[in-house]
Amino acid sequence: MSDLEQFRNETRAWLEANCPPEMRKPATSDADVFWGGRNTKFASEAQRVWFERMRDKGWTVPDWPREYGGGGLDGAEHKVLREEMARIGARSPLSSFGIWMLGPALLKFGNEAQKKEHLPKIAAGLIRWCQGYSEPNAGSDLASLQTRAEGDGDDFIINGQKIWTSYANYADWIFCLVRTDPAAKKHDGISFILFDMASKGVSTKPILLISGYSPFCETFFDNVRVPKSHVVGTVNRGWDVAKYLLQHERAMISDTGQRGIGRPLGQVAADSVGSDGAGRLDDAVLRSKIASFEVDEAAFAAVAERAVDLVKAGQSHPAFSSAMKYYGTELNKRRHEILMSAGGIDALEWESERSRGGARPRAWLRTKANSIEGGTSEVMLGIVAKRILDLPGA
Amino acid sequence: MALVLTEEQSMLRDSARGLISDKAPVSHLRQLRDSKDATGFSRDLWKSFAEMGFSGLLVPEEFGGSGLGCVEAGVVMEEIGRTLMPSPFLSTGVLAASALTRGGSAAQKAEYLPKVSAGSLLAALAVDEGAKHRPLQTAMQATRAGNGFRLKGAKALVVDGHTADLLIVAARTGGSAGEARGITLFLVNPRAKGVATERTIMVDAHNAARIEFDNVEIDADHVLGEVDSGGGLLENLLNIGRGAVASEMVGLSEEVFGRTVTYLKERKQFGKLIGEFQALQHRAAELYVDIEISRAAVMKALQALDADIEKAGSAVAVAKAKAGTTATRAVQEGVQMHGGMGMTDQFDIGFFMKRARVCEELFGDANFHADQLARARSY
Repeated sequence: MSDLEQFRNETRAWLEANCPPEMRKPATSDADVFWGGRNTKFASEAQRVWFERMRDKGWTVPDWPREYGGGGLDGAEHKVLREEMARIGARSPLSSFGIWMLGPALLKFGNEAQKKEHLPKIAAGLIRWCQGYSEPNAGSDLASLQTRAEGDGDDFIINGQKIWTSYANYADWIFCLVRTDPAAKKHDGISFILFDMASKGVSTKPILLISGYSPFCETFFDNVRVPKSHVVGTVNRGWDVAKYLLQHERAMISDTGQRGIGRPLGQVAADSVGSDGAGRLDDAVLRSKIASFEVDEAAFAAVAERAVDLVKAGQSHPAFSSAMKYYGTELNKRRHEILMSAGGIDALEWESERSRGGARPRAWLRTKANSIEGGTSEVMLGIVAKRILDLPGA
Repeated sequence: MALVLTEEQSMLRDSARGLISDKAPVSHLRQLRDSKDATGFSRDLWKSFAEMGFSGLLVPEEFGGSGLGCVEAGVVMEEIGRTLMPSPFLSTGVLAASALTRGGSAAQKAEYLPKVSAGSLLAALAVDEGAKHRPLQTAMQATRAGNGFRLKGAKALVVDGHTADLLIVAARTGGSAGEARGITLFLVNPRAKGVATERTIMVDAHNAARIEFDNVEIDADHVLGEVDSGGGLLENLLNIGRGAVASEMVGLSEEVFGRTVTYLKERKQFGKLIGEFQALQHRAAELYVDIEISRAAVMKALQALDADIEKAGSAVAVAKAKAGTTATRAVQEGVQMHGGMGMTDQFDIGFFMKRARVCEELFGDANFHADQLARARSY
């Protein structure tokens, strides 16, 4: 038996023994997802047990180095772990922007003191992070951001406003893009800085969205004092860090939705639409839409798998995550349009017990942000056109 | 298994690409078409294929082949797709080699497989009867007669049927249209009494035939596999063929896309390169994404075929459907973005459009395979 096969057998046995049955089903609501942080509470005993067992193995961040609280797995082992978790439908034990976004950037650009300080706390779910990127006048054109950081001895004094800061009202720390050189060209005067959301002068205000939820905030900085040592990478070279982090963010967002988990969409549709005598969905046009969707979804699952393999083989294009982000989010929007159409009038209930508080229409509306957040579909296509296809123009 | 080519597979790709791009660029197909070539492909080139070991790629080593799998066959098919080279590789090297290897008796293997490897025997698979690919609707009758069977019926879109030395024919020994049970595969000599072959040059200037069987006598030992239960073998062969054609479509899509992107960077209108226009940039980017997704889906299907062919059905359906939709889009955008030039026969783009149309129909179009997926998932 090869080492990898042995690893698979051991992993399978460990997961069987340690993953509680409740954690082998998809989360049903946002409250059912564990995000960690100073003020966090577990939604259930099963959630706590599952998180602590995975944390103790370093498997909240399986491929990070052990010295920073990770599992130290190589690419092939990490793939095996993912496959074995998917096999039993095991949930991720910890959802975290620290894991998906900041961690990879710190591993690449952070100094040793920053890595030692922050990575283990991310791995252990002790600190919850948020992302201070977009501003009211810097959306798709992110590099035009205006939040300023002015030097004052060993500190920066930060003033300005961020927007669409996901879960800023729950976050303990923020990784933030600030302008440290207003005279430089727009990409050249930006720094990437970390600070505590409990710092004096930081305030947040949730934004009510069309889904009725408030996952995003406005975040205000009023003379926030932050040590200069909290800059990641070089001062005024924050755009490099920001772009690298965006690649990870886009890869994360492309993975949104429930690919391959649970029942086929056509069967879910049959619950409300019904089936004919031959067992086929009783709406031929909807059936064909769903079948085409499922072809695209399965094909996308293959490219998601291949994207990881390409990175491992050193054959990946750095902008490929933009291609993935574009397609994955458009696919997820399609899925929810189909679910709404299949649900008919049942899917219109917003506040009722049988609709679990309008879960389906709220999820549908939430997906509309998928192709906006982290870079719009149009921005993604522009990146593919210029950076991968090398088409001319600005 | 990682969804990237291994080093050996990359080497195979390079050698196939070298030979094909050198000896059979698109102008090769054009020349065969314009000269109304009687064979429709180059026998010399097929000989070179055999010398390189491509004709016996899927044939076990004991019969002179390389004993490789569908991933490797896909690698060669993709290169064929790039230049639209007409070649018996699909009909003989992929389908007949698989049919005989998987379904043949010891005697049948010993008789035919060494000739397939050597490139000296050409074969063709005869399945379709109606306008659309519906293998379970096979109606051609094979009735018991003496020591064997008597075939009566007609087949269409028999790829390379006009040059075949051996036909592999699906016919019904039992059951009724719509059922897999009752289908039997036969090895038929195309020169036997009662076989009438009409070459049908297709829209893509590739080769096929309509073949009529008028009470053709077949010996019992020319049954391939088991009587009445050839449906499973046939489905496996078709899935191999679907994977191969899907690979061809990925190669075709990538080539037509590459030519189109090059054109976007050369052609000027309104004082600008047309590739500067965002409307075209976004469409090109969308197409790029579709091609990458198709490539991954096809690779997944080919690996599934090699790992456990009985469980590969859905992966193959996804691959053929996605690669077909993508190829259709790629050739349409190719012609549109080339403007008037794309409409001319002088320009190669039209050849890709024609071939994509044929590939899409071969072994089931995107609608057929999306429907298969829905059936497999019970809705």
